[in-house]
Amino acid sequence: MRAQLPKFLFVLASFAALAVFPHVAGKFGVDLATKIMIFAVLALSLELLVGTTGLVCFGQAAFFGIGAYATVLFSPSDGPGAVATLLPLCVLLAAAYALVVGALSLRTKGVYFIMVTLAFAQMAYYVVHDTPLGGGTDGIYLMMKPVLGDWLDLEKPLVMYRFTLACLLATFVFLALLGRSKFGHALAGIRVNEQRMRATGFSTYPYKLAAFVVSGGIAGLAGFLFAVKDGFVNPEMMSWHISGEVLIIIILGGLGHLRGALIGAFAFALLQEFFRSEAIFGEFAKHWHLGLGLTIIASVALLPRGLVGIPGQLRGRKPGSHSGGALAQAAPTKAGHEQS
Amino acid sequence: MDLTTFLIQCLNALQYGLLLFLVASGLTLIFGIMGVINLAHGSFYMIGAYMAFALAPLVAATVGGGFFTTLLVGLVLAVALGYLLEWAFYSFLYTREHLQQVLMTYGLILVFEELRSLLVGDDVHGVQAPDFLSGSIPLGDLMVYPVYRLFISGVCLLLALGMYFVFAKTRLGMMIRAGSTNREMVQSLGIDIKFLYRVVFAAGVAIAVLAGMVAAPVSSVYPGMGGLVLIICFVVVVIGGIGSIRGALLASLLIGVVDTFGKVLVPQVAGVLVYVLMAVILLWKPDGLFKAG
Amino acid sequence: MNSPEILLRGMGISRRWGGLTALDNVSIDVARGSVHAVIGTNGAGKSTLVNILSGELEASAGAVHLLGQDVSRWSQPRRARAGLGRSYQRNTIYPSFSVLENCRLAAQAMHQRPWAWWQSASACVKTMQAAQDAAAQAGLQDLLAREAGLLSHGQKRQLEIAMCLATRPSVLLLDEPLAGMGAEETERMLELLTALKASHAMLLIEHDMDAVFRVADVITVLVNGQRIACGSPEAVRNSPEVRVAYLGEH
Repeated sequence: MRAQLPKFLFVLASFAALAVFPHVAGKFGVDLATKIMIFAVLALSLELLVGTTGLVCFGQAAFFGIGAYATVLFSPSDGPGAVATLLPLCVLLAAAYALVVGALSLRTKGVYFIMVTLAFAQMAYYVVHDTPLGGGTDGIYLMMKPVLGDWLDLEKPLVMYRFTLACLLATFVFLALLGRSKFGHALAGIRVNEQRMRATGFSTYPYKLAAFVVSGGIAGLAGFLFAVKDGFVNPEMMSWHISGEVLIIIILGGLGHLRGALIGAFAFALLQEFFRSEAIFGEFAKHWHLGLGLTIIASVALLPRGLVGIPGQLRGRKPGSHSGGALAQAAPTKAGHEQS
Repeated sequence: MDLTTFLIQCLNALQYGLLLFLVASGLTLIFGIMGVINLAHGSFYMIGAYMAFALAPLVAATVGGGFFTTLLVGLVLAVALGYLLEWAFYSFLYTREHLQQVLMTYGLILVFEELRSLLVGDDVHGVQAPDFLSGSIPLGDLMVYPVYRLFISGVCLLLALGMYFVFAKTRLGMMIRAGSTNREMVQSLGIDIKFLYRVVFAAGVAIAVLAGMVAAPVSSVYPGMGGLVLIICFVVVVIGGIGSIRGALLASLLIGVVDTFGKVLVPQVAGVLVYVLMAVILLWKPDGLFKAG
Repeated sequence: MNSPEILLRGMGISRRWGGLTALDNVSIDVARGSVHAVIGTNGAGKSTLVNILSGELEASAGAVHLLGQDVSRWSQPRRARAGLGRSYQRNTIYPSFSVLENCRLAAQAMHQRPWAWWQSASACVKTMQAAQDAAAQAGLQDLLAREAGLLSHGQKRQLEIAMCLATRPSVLLLDEPLAGMGAEETERMLELLTALKASHAMLLIEHDMDAVFRVADVITVLVNGQRIACGSPEAVRNSPEVRVAYLGEH
């Protein structure tokens, strides 16, 4: 357990840094950091599914988008909404869709599951894109940002930043507790060898469904934060590219570790800014997806344990050791054309 | 809906379904035989469509050829691209976990999209069908139907029959089928499995590219078309059952019908119908309509 | 003399795949305090039988009774919770977890409490106790902190058994526990199996004939999905059908 102390200190230091950041950063920095933290919450939600439970979901954008759209659709048009009612509502609605999607998708395994989650997310995309419910491709504006009583006015960027930080911290702590609980251990067992879990006496389907619903709810929270921050939602929030980005974030950061989601969100944002920078790439900056794509390929190929795993990789640790991420673990490897 | 409209929509559904089948069969083959889930498969379709747009004037200017020459040139380029890609990139994916395959091929999508953006730009384009295939012909005395759409259906049917023939009746097909169930055995028989995989992959790419080229006059050419086709192909595979060509055909036709008639009857929810279909089938058969076969 | 208490009973079990019959009307009784070994050539249906008894596979015909109840329609997890433990021929241990965690996680199946998200899993005394007991029973009490993937093959097989024992089952289905073991490891495993016999009903699939004849009280011989003999080791050894069909080719 002595290995846990550096990790704990790292997380503590990160949150401390985030807490003092607004004092040193300008408006743009605070805005960017808020956005990154929102994506970190989204990444944490996916980490629960992919990293802890081993369920590769390619449809997280749907729950994110539902949380965001619910924020706008259920905010009153004549005054600010109440955070106390809006936030839980968004989380619940996203979790509800996750329940439906999960119930159907979890009947499939392996590659099918990836495809089905993607398809269901696309379905949600079409609902807001094509039907009048979602305001079409133009999206919808949030008239007034919600408040919490008299003292939390999310209209102010600094307040929004601190609120987002608080949500991120709360999510992190919640998932950390979940991870060390019996539920979390069961999910980890399902990831490593579901058949053995069943042989031991665990009905694995309810566990996976519960993880899916919790994950969806947290993604809905991220959606709520995003809608409040920008005051605007549009169907592109549910685009499968968002689902892809979140997946990349947690792989980049390091699968199987909560702090991987944090690191990944910041690293990904920095990568984006880097490749988009006209100062460095001149007129190729608008083709920044090229650099990003190549980086993704390289990082998956060369950094199987993500950024979190770099110290271990440098020390020459074997994959499959305790701190290895799911990608490098001795999990049941595919033999070619598996059915599970 | 009167009879004429109904029949026309049936033909439209058939054409869309067959086109979808062509693209999806490449995807399901590559997964069924090599165990690789390839997100970039939609990009090959997109490459085909953009080739139809960009190659035609080039071919006309250099070789003086027309439509079929462009198709041929595109096909040759596609096979070369597939061969090269398999050697340089995909062969490293066979032993990796699905998650890694998903991410690396997703990265490849981004690369392809930007390369296309660099080479051809981001505009939406229309592609003209060749003169001798444009216009409509009467079918019976009930209706007239665009010739080009019949051409698309014809090409897809021909290719489908060709694939069936290769798989069921030739030695190559036998080797491919054997290789998909028992890789080591095939290798020990002295068959070069690496070469086999490369051939299969190149064929999968070529089919997707050809589908894109042939469909371009009907579907127009725009960024992001690859992603949309990919997701529908996933639905085909989920409904039809992975690795199953029969399943892909049935699923494609089913989707063709649901989508085409959906757009006509309930246009507002048409986009969602295909996924509802998938959900219904999943409730009934979680492994798809057919398993690999 | 007390009649033995039959804890697991398979009755008339058949399993067909299309035109192929993997099991044809096989019955088997496993009594408390005894080891019932199932032997047969490869492909004779042994694994299929165990899979049907454990609930991983559905029978085409026949019934399975566990502790007097008809569990034929029960899922595998449900049967496991009712007291049916199963070990596998290929290791199903969790390589990245410690030996103790492997056992603890298995023990957790009987004390699940998934809703208590705020409580640490290791705070549960019952699961920790059951885990330590199971590990000790399997002889792994000195290796609790070791990462399971780093154990020797014999130790991994021991852990496989320990995980079975963590749920305190009454019936054990053991699929080739001696697979891949050297002489010394085999000896240790046989001692373990003999020690377990007293309180459990054990069904054992094994290829190692010496081990089988040492440890088994009843032997069933399967050939081509059919039971061609069932009786005491002596009876089976002397049975003409078995000599012809199986022991001759062994």
